[in-house]
Amino acid sequence: MSDVVEKTLTALPSLLSLDSQPGAGKLSITSKLGSLIKNITELTSKHEESKLIKKELSTIKEQISSPHTTLRQMKEIMVRMIYCEMLGYDTSFGYIHAIKLAQQGSLLEKRVGYLAVSLFLNENHELLLLLVNTVLKDLQSTNLVEVCMALTIASQIFPKDMIPAVLPLVEEKLQHSKEIIRRKAVLALYKFYLIAPNQVQHIHDKFRKALCDRDPGVMISSLQIYQQMIKDCPDGYKDLTGSFVAILKQVVGGKLPVDFNYHSVPAPWLQIQLLRILALLGKDDQSASELMYDVLDESLRRAEINHNITYAILFECVKTVYTIHPKSDLLQKAAKCIGKFVLSHKINLKYLGLKALTYVVQQDPNLALQHQMTIIQCLDHPDPIIKRETLELLYRITNGQNVTVIVEKMLAFLWQSKDEYTTIDLVGKVAELAEKYAPDNEWFVKTMNTVFSLGGDVMQPDIPNNFLRLLAEGFENEIEDKQLRLFAVESYLSLLDKENCNFPQRFLQVISWVLGEYSYLKTDTHPEIVAERLQKLLDQSTISQETKSWIMAAITKLASDSVCSSTVTEIAEKHSVCLDTVQRQHAFEMKALLDDRELMKQILPKDASCEDIEVDISLSFLDEFVANALDRGAAPYKPPHQRQQELSQAKALNFEPYGLSLPISASSYSIAGRQSPTGLSLSSGLSGNSAEMTQKKGSNSLKLEGVKKVWGKEGYLPQSETAQEVNHPSASCPDVEATTMEKLVENASVQSDLLPVALNVKDQEKQQLASSLFVGIGSHDTLSLMGKSENNAQRFRKRSKLKEYSKETERLSRDEFSLQSPPQNLLDNANFSESSENLNGLGTLFTSKFSKKADSTTLDCDKMSKQEMLTVPTKGSSLLFTSDDMVVVKPSHSPAEISFLPSSNQYFSLPAELSQQAHSEVVQLAYNDFLSLSACKIYQKDCLLLVVFITSYSSTPITHIELCFPQSKLKVFNSAAHHFHSLEAKSTVNCQSCLLMEEPCAQLDLVGNLTYHLESEEISELEFSLTLTLLDFVRPLIISTDDYGKLWLSFANDVKQNLNLLSNAKDPLTATLNVLKDNLCLHIVDIIGKESIIACQLLPSIPCLMHCRVHSGMLAVWLRSPSPDFIDCLLYHCQRILQEK
Amino acid sequence: MIKAILVFNNHGKPRLIRFYQYFPEDMQQQIIRETFHLVSKRDDNVCNFLEGGSLIGGSDYKLIYRHYATLYFVFCVDSSESELGILDLIQVFVETLDKCFENVCELDLIFHMDKVHYILQEVVMGGMVLETNMNEIVGQVENQSRLEKSEGGLSGAPARAVSAVKNMNLPEIPRNINIGDINIKVPNLSPFV
Repeated sequence: MSDVVEKTLTALPSLLSLDSQPGAGKLSITSKLGSLIKNITELTSKHEESKLIKKELSTIKEQISSPHTTLRQMKEIMVRMIYCEMLGYDTSFGYIHAIKLAQQGSLLEKRVGYLAVSLFLNENHELLLLLVNTVLKDLQSTNLVEVCMALTIASQIFPKDMIPAVLPLVEEKLQHSKEIIRRKAVLALYKFYLIAPNQVQHIHDKFRKALCDRDPGVMISSLQIYQQMIKDCPDGYKDLTGSFVAILKQVVGGKLPVDFNYHSVPAPWLQIQLLRILALLGKDDQSASELMYDVLDESLRRAEINHNITYAILFECVKTVYTIHPKSDLLQKAAKCIGKFVLSHKINLKYLGLKALTYVVQQDPNLALQHQMTIIQCLDHPDPIIKRETLELLYRITNGQNVTVIVEKMLAFLWQSKDEYTTIDLVGKVAELAEKYAPDNEWFVKTMNTVFSLGGDVMQPDIPNNFLRLLAEGFENEIEDKQLRLFAVESYLSLLDKENCNFPQRFLQVISWVLGEYSYLKTDTHPEIVAERLQKLLDQSTISQETKSWIMAAITKLASDSVCSSTVTEIAEKHSVCLDTVQRQHAFEMKALLDDRELMKQILPKDASCEDIEVDISLSFLDEFVANALDRGAAPYKPPHQRQQELSQAKALNFEPYGLSLPISASSYSIAGRQSPTGLSLSSGLSGNSAEMTQKKGSNSLKLEGVKKVWGKEGYLPQSETAQEVNHPSASCPDVEATTMEKLVENASVQSDLLPVALNVKDQEKQQLASSLFVGIGSHDTLSLMGKSENNAQRFRKRSKLKEYSKETERLSRDEFSLQSPPQNLLDNANFSESSENLNGLGTLFTSKFSKKADSTTLDCDKMSKQEMLTVPTKGSSLLFTSDDMVVVKPSHSPAEISFLPSSNQYFSLPAELSQQAHSEVVQLAYNDFLSLSACKIYQKDCLLLVVFITSYSSTPITHIELCFPQSKLKVFNSAAHHFHSLEAKSTVNCQSCLLMEEPCAQLDLVGNLTYHLESEEISELEFSLTLTLLDFVRPLIISTDDYGKLWLSFANDVKQNLNLLSNAKDPLTATLNVLKDNLCLHIVDIIGKESIIACQLLPSIPCLMHCRVHSGMLAVWLRSPSPDFIDCLLYHCQRILQEK
Repeated sequence: MIKAILVFNNHGKPRLIRFYQYFPEDMQQQIIRETFHLVSKRDDNVCNFLEGGSLIGGSDYKLIYRHYATLYFVFCVDSSESELGILDLIQVFVETLDKCFENVCELDLIFHMDKVHYILQEVVMGGMVLETNMNEIVGQVENQSRLEKSEGGLSGAPARAVSAVKNMNLPEIPRNINIGDINIKVPNLSPFV
């Protein structure tokens, strides 16, 4: 190739000499680009290339800054710059000139300028601001091409905060007479919707207009928006189902102009899009699904030409059929289609067929059975992508009977694969399957060993953690547990025996933990020997510091077991002079413990990794010391974030002027408590500084992540042994392994009888593989055909948990279903179970209470309660509390407005100090036959305190209650998990968590789950969610007008927007502001004439200042804050509240 | 959404790079290199989809590519796009290039990088598929090049020069991009009922 180019280029100058006019100040630019390209192709090394390009760039730099360079030359220079940039060289010096070219050039030059800008700049680039005016000008231009260019650039690189500038003009373009402009405008708006949905909220009507546009092209573009919007909120667009079906019907029926055909298929991409939209709309919605059956049938029937694109449509069709409410007739046809994909010789279609199978196999496992031979062939396919897809499919159909074969296949693939991503993904899946379905201990440990050595240090960290927890917590059977542990110890010892073993760090950590904890089980090996092995590891240079800490801890544990060990003393001596502080610390601790055997026995008990050691976590023994220090004038302790704030204020050059230092009252800390900092360090990771290590040592040796939290607000919450012996007999576990082979042969013979063709030996092997892979799936008749009965050997607790959980949800859904009948029926229903009677009682209790309260707290009930109702999506509660009766005490902080919950409430009484504060009503989150969960939001000054009430309906005590919030977007203080040892029958306990938003967002769901033991010792789980809005976290910011002025200038982000004014009130401004104030918790700093200033803050300390002005019947607000997201969300709520009014 | 469109030749030299999601410059080059590495070692008889590069976003993302004579066209898309749909979109894009350049070859892409970008802009706008109808795309591009003619005196020359080069009698003229497999035939399939 390169020599061809070279030849071409040598010929170039002669041709160009006709055109180029030397002298006269004109540059023959093409020859410059040409010679650049030519020179580059001549080069052999990357190094030479970079030298050449550097030279080229310096020439460009010179030319670009020369005042004599014309715009036309600039245009050519830009192309050269684009070329250099494409090769990966930095041309940032010329960006500003690209913007200039877009600004000043004539049409052609502008085009190059815009192209260069869109390729060079990204949405965060600071120079982008300079482009706004150019784009605005071009949007208003009468020249179509200029408008097109402006729309393109706006959709390509405009960031969130620049959208408001161009939004009105882009919106206007929806009415443009040219269809191409309308289409580009629709797409630009779609992009804006993706970046900042709140900002285009008001133009949803216009999207509908675009959907009905007379030009199909515009309609097609608008579908992209709808697909996204329906994905975000399927319920809001159900009314459009009919329209989409009608459009698809027309398209399939060939009503579109022939121009839209592609290989004589009418508008295939449009069909694909529509089918996807229908899938979203028809999911879990029978009535919507019924509308589309006809057209789906038609689509399946029409797609008969063998072209790539018809398969694309078919694939979408099949997916849609399987997503929406099922119809057997359609499902059959779709299944047939999947068959054609899977059996196709075109590899792309095969791939999609496997994808479709993976998608549908949970609903219809028989389909996988039908295609088992193809699937087996795909396992040996030369294309790794196909192989992986097949494994993905197998992963979905794994059960207790085929797990060994499937895992073996997966591991075989893993050995070959070098792709990091694939490894992480597959290793996780293998570990999951092994935990769920392992047939016996030996297999499990061996598989996990392979997982650890293959997954190495790239795998997800929770895999080794889960494995260790599984070992530590044990299963139902004590003997089995011992065997498993013993087997693990044995296998690790034999692994360490090998010379030059090079295991990943994570694996070594697992090995050392297990050896430290359980090597006492292996009675025939002296701990001394184990310690020696570990010592050998410790001396290897490839071991990381973290792993060394694990090994040291393991050795310490071993030492506690043996009476006197020279190896251990030796290690302690050796490492006490080590340069690494952590290790040294370990060594010293080890020494100290060796001297005090009693203490050692106490803190390193045998087989007690799951039990907790009592520690005075509040460090009360230091109280005297602290008091003395304070007396002597020491500064009181400040929590880290306060220190940071003060630090940032003290800085000479303050780059973050926006963080407010708000007085944090002592009372607010009574909740966070003294223990929180120490509590944090307890749960932190393994490696750390020496201080942290001591802390950990004090609590227990090597705590694993995810160990249950046992410290609540009241201090130590007693927890019984998790690994306690369980009396009730575990399900007998038939030896699967032994019988499998016999059955396999049987199966094979049965299978071969079914096939008319005589099979050769190889095929028989495949058949055998098939029967071992597909055993246990499909309907019962298939099972009996396979000669196997389902066996549910419950080996690992995790599995039983899952089963329990599914039972639980099943029951829950039944309950829900019965509750969906109107409440009055429910009252009449005499046969109704005890639990729902309880609930009814609860409901009436609430209603009566509410009506009582309705009189006293009339100030702020109606709007707010409706809004709150919307935010509590739990089905049960919304049925039990009718919205009219419900009163929500909204967050307000002026003392006069504080409302109290009646203290006579026998079910949910808030602690006295909390009931004094502003709080919401208690709402029910979730319930089942045994338990009910309710919550109350307390709007505290510095956080949102969530009080969760757990009420037992059961007549027997419920034990081991644990409440967790596995959150990502919310910061949960105190602790993310609460634990109660037991809950008496028919009683209520409460637990409190402080919540803060990590990042501003309009609303989010707090998801949590509650696990508990019933009498039967089974673990049950109850999930719940609670919607929290931004408003829960907004508090008034009380500042003076002067401070306001100072702050105003220091905030970087500002947004202006017009809001509706409550024009029918006497004093529209005050009325509107009061509404906002009441609903949003704002502080009105000052009102002067037609203007007003308002301040509020998002907890912990993101302030937002608002400046409002009445202007031509609208309320012009101008918001400033350090956080653009906060402004966005706040505006969203303002708009919503005023719209509701 | 389309996250990136990469065109490079059999040696991994980039010929057209367009990112619709921001990546730092060095990251972009790494993505190009890695994508080339992934794609180039695949035979022609394996499938045109690649999953889960760790660079661009992980499991939700797919690489969909086609290989024509000397060039690879790679689209990186997320799960909201149909695989086969994008595969045909690449075909549409290449056919459009072919129409606009009259027998397109790698040289056209090198010397008319800007023009190729303009054509692409009419197909994909900011990561969203704008137009799939070839005639429509060609129409828009022609509208723009009419402008060019009316304005461009000298700038028309290079194009003429290159087309002259193309028609020279070179012993090893680069093969035209092969767009022969427009009709994907599936011989062993009975038609759908």
